[in-house]
Amino acid sequence: MTESNKVLATFQVNGEPHEVAFRPHKTLLEVLREEMTLTGTKHGCELGECGTCTVQIDGTSVLSCLVLAVDAIGKEVRTVEGLACGSDLAPLQDCMADLGAAQCGYCTPGVLMAADALLKDNAKPTRDEIKEAMAGNLCRCTGYLKIFEAIELAAARMRGEDAEPSKESIYGA
Amino acid sequence: MVLDDPKARVEGPGAPQGRDDAPWQHDKKKDELEHVGKPIRKVDARSKVAGLTQFADDMTLPRMLHMKLLRSTKAHAEIVKIDTAAAEALPGVKGVLTGKDMPTPFGILPVSQDEHALCPDRVRFVGDPVVAVAATEEEIAWDACRLVDVEYRELRTIGGVHEAADHDEPRLHDYGVRGNIHRLENLEFGDLKDGFERADHVREDTVWFEGNTHLPMEQHATLAHFDKDGKLTIWSSTQTPHYLHRALARVLAPLPAHRIRVIACPNGGGFGGKSDPFNHEICAAKMSMLTGRPVKIALTREEVFWCHRGRHPVLMRSKIGVTKTGRITALDFHSFLDGGAYGSYGTASTFYTGALQTVTYPVENYHFRGARFFTNKAPCGPKRGHGTVQPRFALEVQLDKVACDLGLDPAQMRLDNLAERDSLTANFLRIGSMGLGPCIEKVVEGSGWKERRGKREVLANGRVRGLGIACSSYLSGAGLPIYWNGMPHSGVQLQLDRSGLCTVFCGSTDIGQGSDSVLGWIVGEVLGIDPLDIKVVTSDTDLTPVDLGSYSSRVTVMTGNAAMQAAERARDILAKGVGEKLEVPASRLVFHGGRVFDAQDPEVGMTFKEAIGFTEAAVGTIGTVGSYTPPKSPARFRGGGVGPSPSYSYSACVVEVEVDPETGVYSVPHVWMAHDIGRALNAAVAMGQIEGSIYMGLGEAMMEEMAYRDRSHKGKRVFVHKIPSMLEYKSPSAFEMPECTTYVIEDPDKNGPFGAKEVGQGPLLPIMPAVANAVFDAVGVRVDENPISFEKVFAAMHAEDKRYGPAADDSGVPTVDFGESLKVKTPWQGGDGKASNDPHRTKKAAK
Repeated sequence: MTESNKVLATFQVNGEPHEVAFRPHKTLLEVLREEMTLTGTKHGCELGECGTCTVQIDGTSVLSCLVLAVDAIGKEVRTVEGLACGSDLAPLQDCMADLGAAQCGYCTPGVLMAADALLKDNAKPTRDEIKEAMAGNLCRCTGYLKIFEAIELAAARMRGEDAEPSKESIYGA
Repeated sequence: MVLDDPKARVEGPGAPQGRDDAPWQHDKKKDELEHVGKPIRKVDARSKVAGLTQFADDMTLPRMLHMKLLRSTKAHAEIVKIDTAAAEALPGVKGVLTGKDMPTPFGILPVSQDEHALCPDRVRFVGDPVVAVAATEEEIAWDACRLVDVEYRELRTIGGVHEAADHDEPRLHDYGVRGNIHRLENLEFGDLKDGFERADHVREDTVWFEGNTHLPMEQHATLAHFDKDGKLTIWSSTQTPHYLHRALARVLAPLPAHRIRVIACPNGGGFGGKSDPFNHEICAAKMSMLTGRPVKIALTREEVFWCHRGRHPVLMRSKIGVTKTGRITALDFHSFLDGGAYGSYGTASTFYTGALQTVTYPVENYHFRGARFFTNKAPCGPKRGHGTVQPRFALEVQLDKVACDLGLDPAQMRLDNLAERDSLTANFLRIGSMGLGPCIEKVVEGSGWKERRGKREVLANGRVRGLGIACSSYLSGAGLPIYWNGMPHSGVQLQLDRSGLCTVFCGSTDIGQGSDSVLGWIVGEVLGIDPLDIKVVTSDTDLTPVDLGSYSSRVTVMTGNAAMQAAERARDILAKGVGEKLEVPASRLVFHGGRVFDAQDPEVGMTFKEAIGFTEAAVGTIGTVGSYTPPKSPARFRGGGVGPSPSYSYSACVVEVEVDPETGVYSVPHVWMAHDIGRALNAAVAMGQIEGSIYMGLGEAMMEEMAYRDRSHKGKRVFVHKIPSMLEYKSPSAFEMPECTTYVIEDPDKNGPFGAKEVGQGPLLPIMPAVANAVFDAVGVRVDENPISFEKVFAAMHAEDKRYGPAADDSGVPTVDFGESLKVKTPWQGGDGKASNDPHRTKKAAK
C-alpha cells in the first residue's frame, strides 16, 4: 500500500470523539467542514480577518481558519452545532432568533461562539465589554445592535432573571 | 428598472391589480391585525442560530469535482494564446474550459450583454476570468491553474471618468455611444431658463463619490449538476434565480430553459452583489455538462472583490436655483459614472443617478445629464440604494449649503418644502403616501436639534460636537421589469392540505431581509393561522412561480400583494365551503386564531384543518394562485422606465459627530433615524433592516472605498485593486456602531400589502450627507467627497477655502457632448409624460 500523506487522528468535538484522516497542512476549519461535515462553522476570508470561522478550543474563542488541525488534537473543540442541548436551543440562540439578530445568518455561528465564550467568564457584561468581545466578528446585515441586545438578554436570563427585550428595541422609539 | 429599448417593446395586458376596493387592506387598523406588526420570529431564524442552514458551499454531492478560475493579471490586454496542455495532463484534472467553449455573450440587461463566461479574446480588468479547471480536489484545480500559460498583448489602461472621456482608443467595447462612453442620458423637464430666472439664489457645486463594495460575509459559491436525464440543476448564492435561469438558457443553448433548474440557496448577504448572472455560475454549469459530474466552485474573498458590481464611483456637478424660502425652482444635474469593465446594471444605474431627486422636495424644472464610462476596473452595478445614493449625497450636502447661504435652519427649510402626497413629480414619478414631514419632526425633536445645532460645543476631551441632517426617499421595487414583457413581476401559489398545512410557493429569494417570513406573515394574517405553522417554499425555478428577484426593495410589496391575492382566493373558497356546512353566510365568517367561525356567534365554527377537510370534500383539492404587476407608469418618455415604483419610502436622519479640531479625527456617537415604511409587517425585523442600513451607510461615510493602485511598472501601467481583503478594505466593527434612536413611521400606502412600503435601502442614503453636514456644523469645513475620511477633514481644515473635494468650478468635470436633450413638459405645464422631440418615437410613429 503506498505510504499515505494523511494523518489519522481523533478530535474531541462538542464532547464526542471524531476520528478523521486529513492532510497535515489542513486548517481546523477545513477539517471540521470537509472531513467531519460540521458545516455550521463558516468561512468569509480564510485569512483571519472576518470572524465567521470562530470556534472554541478549551473554552476560548479562536479563528479556526488560522489554527492547524493538528494543533487541536487532544483539546476540547466546540462549534455552533454543540451549543444546543438536545432539541432545545441555548438561551443565546433563542434570544438571537427572537430579536432578529440573525438576518442572513452567515456570521451567526461565529458570533454565537464568541458571545458564548464571553458569557462563560462574564455573567453580566457591560455594553462596552460586549463590543470588545465581538469586535472580531464582522457582520454586514444587522449593524450589531440586535446582537448586543440578544447577548444582554441571554446573559440576564442565564442569571435567572426573567428579562424581556425593551419595547424600544422591538418597536423603535 | 427597465432598459427602455423601443425594439423590444411588447405591451402585455398586465395581470389583474387585485380588487379595486382597498385590495391590499392598507386602511386596516393596527389593532385589527392578528399577526402583522407583531415581533414574530422569522421562519428561518432557529435553523440559522443552530448552524443548520445550508449555504451553497455547505453542499456536496457524490463524485463532485472542484472548479477554480484562472483570472487575468493584466488590467487591459488582448489574449494572444492560451496553452492548457500541462494543466490537462495533471493527474486529477477532469475538465478545462476556455472562452471558445462558451461563445454566447450574456449580461443582466438586454442592451448590454457584453460579458462572456470566460474571456475569448480580451481581458478588461485584473480578475477577469480566462480559464476554468475542474479536478477531483481543490488543490489539484489550483495547481492546474498555475500550469496554464496565457500570453497577453497589453493595451493602454483607462483609469477613470476623465481618462475615459479623453481617450476613445483603445475602446473597451465595440458598443455604446462612442469611444469609452457606454451611455449618455439627457432629459429636460420644464423650462430651466425660467426656473433659474425666478430663483432668488443660485449656486453650483461639484461632488465626488468614490466607489465601494457590498462585502457580503458569504463568498459566492455555486454547485451545478447536469444529470443523466439531460437536466441541469444549479444551486447558487444568488439574489435573482430567475435572471440567472434566463442567462444560463441563453449561453448553454441548445439546452432549453425548461431543462434548467436554478435553486437560490440561503444567501449569506447580497446587498446587490449577487444579482448579476456570474461567470463562475455559467462555468460550473458548462463544466458539469462537459464532465457529467457535479461541479462546485467557492470563490475566495479576493475573487469576491473582482466580482464587485458595487457602488459606481460618480463625479457630480449640480446647479440649483431656490426661492428665499428654499423651494427648488430649477435643478441642473450632471453625473459622470465610472462604470468599470462591463455593462452590468450600469445603464439602469445611470438613469437612477437622475431619478429620485424630485421625490423628496418639489423641483419645478429639472435637467438631468448622465454619462457612464468603461474603465479597466472591476465592473460596477447595484449596491444597496443602487445609483440613488451618490446623487442624494450631492443634493443633501448642496441643500445644507443653500440653507447656510439663505440663513435658514436646514431642517425647517426641508419641512417647508416637502413633496406632496398623491402627486406627480417633474419627471412623472407618482408619489403615493409621503411621511417625510413626521420623519423630520421626530429626528429634530429626538436629537435636540434646535438646542444643540450650531453651538459647536467643546467637550471635555477637546473635541467639538456637530449635528447634521439629511433626508431621502427610495422606491418600493422597480416599476418595470429588466426585460420588457407584460407578465406579472411576482407569482404565488398556495396549497391547502387536509392535514391543516398551508404551503406557500413563491420564486422570491431570501437574502437575509426576511422575504420568506413576509410570505408567512401575510398569508397567516389573511387565513387567521400562525405564520410559523405555514410552510414556505421559495426560489426554486422548478417548484415556485416566477418572482423577478431580490433587488430594488421590491419583494415585500410585490410578493406580498401576490401572496395576499392567493390567500384571499383561498379564504373565499374555504368560506363558501364552511358557510354551507354551518349554514352561515360566507361574508360573516371570521378567520382568526386557527379557527373559522361566525362573527355573530364565535362558538359556531371549526378549526382551519376541519375547514379544509369539509371544503376539499365539497370542491376537491384546494390550490390558489396570486400575482402582482405594478401599476402602469405615467412616464412615457424614453428613459422613463427607471424610477417608477408602486410607492416610495421616506427617511430623515440626524447624525451627531465629535471632531478633533487638531487632527480631523471624528467619531459618530449617536444617530437618530426616522423611516416612513407605510406599515411594519414585523416590528423587530423592520428595525433590523433600518439599523443595518445605518451601519452600512456609516461604513461608506467613514471608511469604505474601492481604491485602485495606479502606478507605472517598467514603462507599463499597473492598475490593480489596492485592498482586496477584509482587513484592508475597512468596514465598521462592533466598536464603530453608534447608539441609534430609530423611529418607525407608518403612513400606509394603498399600493402595498396592509400599506407596507420598502424598508431595507432607504435609511442608508441620508447617512453619508448627514455626516458631511455634521462635520461642517462642528468645525466649519466642507468635505464634498465621500468617504469623509479623517485625512480629508484635516486637509479641509488647512485649505484656504475650508473645503476638500473636486475642483469647485466646472474644470473638475470631464467635457462631454451630451447632444440634444429630450424635452418633456412637466405635469404642471400640461405635459402628458411623452417627450416632444423623441427621435426614436417620432420615427416609429411616422412609419
